[in-house]
Amino acid sequence: MLDIISQMFSYAFMVRALIVGLLVSLCAALLGVSLVLKRYSMIGDGLSHVGFGALAASSAMGLAPLTVAVPVVVGSAFLLLRVSERSKIKGDAAIGMISTGALAIGVLVLSLSKGMTTDINNYLFGSILAMSESDVWLSVILAIAVLTTYALFYRKLFAVTFDETFARATGLAAGFYNMLLAILTAVTVVLGMRMMGAMLISSLILFPAITAMRLCKSFHGVTICAAIISIVCFLLGLTSSYLYNTPSGASVVVANILAFLLFSLIEKLRQRRTA
Amino acid sequence: MALLTCRDVAFAYEGRTVASKINLDVHEGDYLCIVGENGSGKSTLVKGMLGLLEPSHGSIRYGDGLSRNEIGYLPQKNPLQRDFPASVWEVVSSGFTARSMFLTREQKQIAEEKMAIMRISEMRKRSMMELSGGQQQRVLLARALCATRKLLLLDEPVAGLDPVSTREMYDTIADLHLNRGVTVIMISHDINAAARNATHVLHLRHEPLFYGTAQDYLKSEVCHAFTGGEDDA
Repeated sequence: MLDIISQMFSYAFMVRALIVGLLVSLCAALLGVSLVLKRYSMIGDGLSHVGFGALAASSAMGLAPLTVAVPVVVGSAFLLLRVSERSKIKGDAAIGMISTGALAIGVLVLSLSKGMTTDINNYLFGSILAMSESDVWLSVILAIAVLTTYALFYRKLFAVTFDETFARATGLAAGFYNMLLAILTAVTVVLGMRMMGAMLISSLILFPAITAMRLCKSFHGVTICAAIISIVCFLLGLTSSYLYNTPSGASVVVANILAFLLFSLIEKLRQRRTA
Repeated sequence: MALLTCRDVAFAYEGRTVASKINLDVHEGDYLCIVGENGSGKSTLVKGMLGLLEPSHGSIRYGDGLSRNEIGYLPQKNPLQRDFPASVWEVVSSGFTARSMFLTREQKQIAEEKMAIMRISEMRKRSMMELSGGQQQRVLLARALCATRKLLLLDEPVAGLDPVSTREMYDTIADLHLNRGVTVIMISHDINAAARNATHVLHLRHEPLFYGTAQDYLKSEVCHAFTGGEDDA
């Protein structure tokens, strides 16, 4: 066992994947609790598709992927939030339009620039080899910024998640905190996308929160539990990806599915006992 | 100087007026009940008082050391909150969220006091999901008390409660008003029960049909027409 682990991390790319993956899993799980409870989950999904378009465009233009994708996706986060709050087009439909639109543009740009290569597969479903050394540094800095902001504004984010009207009535700038949530999500999505893939990154946001809610009944409890679940599932997914040569993103998602099933089962057993 | 003053206030959505000609003064120690049918403009007026909606005409002013953000608000029941994982303590202490980044020692102490008043101290670690409707309302009332020193604004506080919890809720509100010096504004469509404890009544149907003391209201034609002339049961 130890052999496998030490062998696994003798590869520089595995260490990079581990560092960034752990940080992103943590960010995604924390933000996911609020997103799921605010019925904002679709925004994470929409942002990942926009991120795919941005990554495709930046690679076609030969630019550094993260430096293009982060601002573009943060910008779309503004747009998606506005659209889902104000637009006369139904919010979910608008998000669907923006996300599929961005996906289509990304595919088009990629195929025009290089032809459809395995590249597109990596973008859509993630690759463990995707992180370069400079990516890692930027990712670490951004992820720590996300975590710090989350910790500082934890109580405010709880308040706008639990009861936005009350929060507004007491003078909390709810609009600002909704936007903050969307921006932090945007950064997290972009950071995780290379490894998890555009199609799979939003599962990192959804699964841990929903799994944690099976058993935890306080906001604090759900938050901590989601963070732990997310980290454990990432480690399991990464290890199995290394051992069995499976795609990293999909392996992490499968680990999350198993955790969800396990927690649901325990919840059922608990309910039966109390009933 | 009143805590809250409305002068010829009107509200409009997209150019359509939903409530107008509202004049009222809420003084310290008042218990104002705002009644009216669904869609009569009550909830709009609440939003205006909370500063969530600008009046299209007239002015709403706060006085006697009360600022707009210091109203203790008990919102109407929100179905989204039923399955929300939050402990009683988390909800009560969120009444302070707008004031400071982290909970201060003084705020913790105030939250403890308010929980004791609402008789929910033993439930602090329990989840909102596990509580009865009446208990949940008491938790939200404790949160509202944390957010205010003087004025509670209660939007349909007994909606969806069983008769026993309803009576308890009214008694709790009356106790806050009579014994703890809290000024109360309550929105209700239950005229009889509401007018029993209130000092003043505003009956709204887009425009005020009645505004005055509760005693006068119970004798008024507006009240009799609305309750079908039945006596208080």
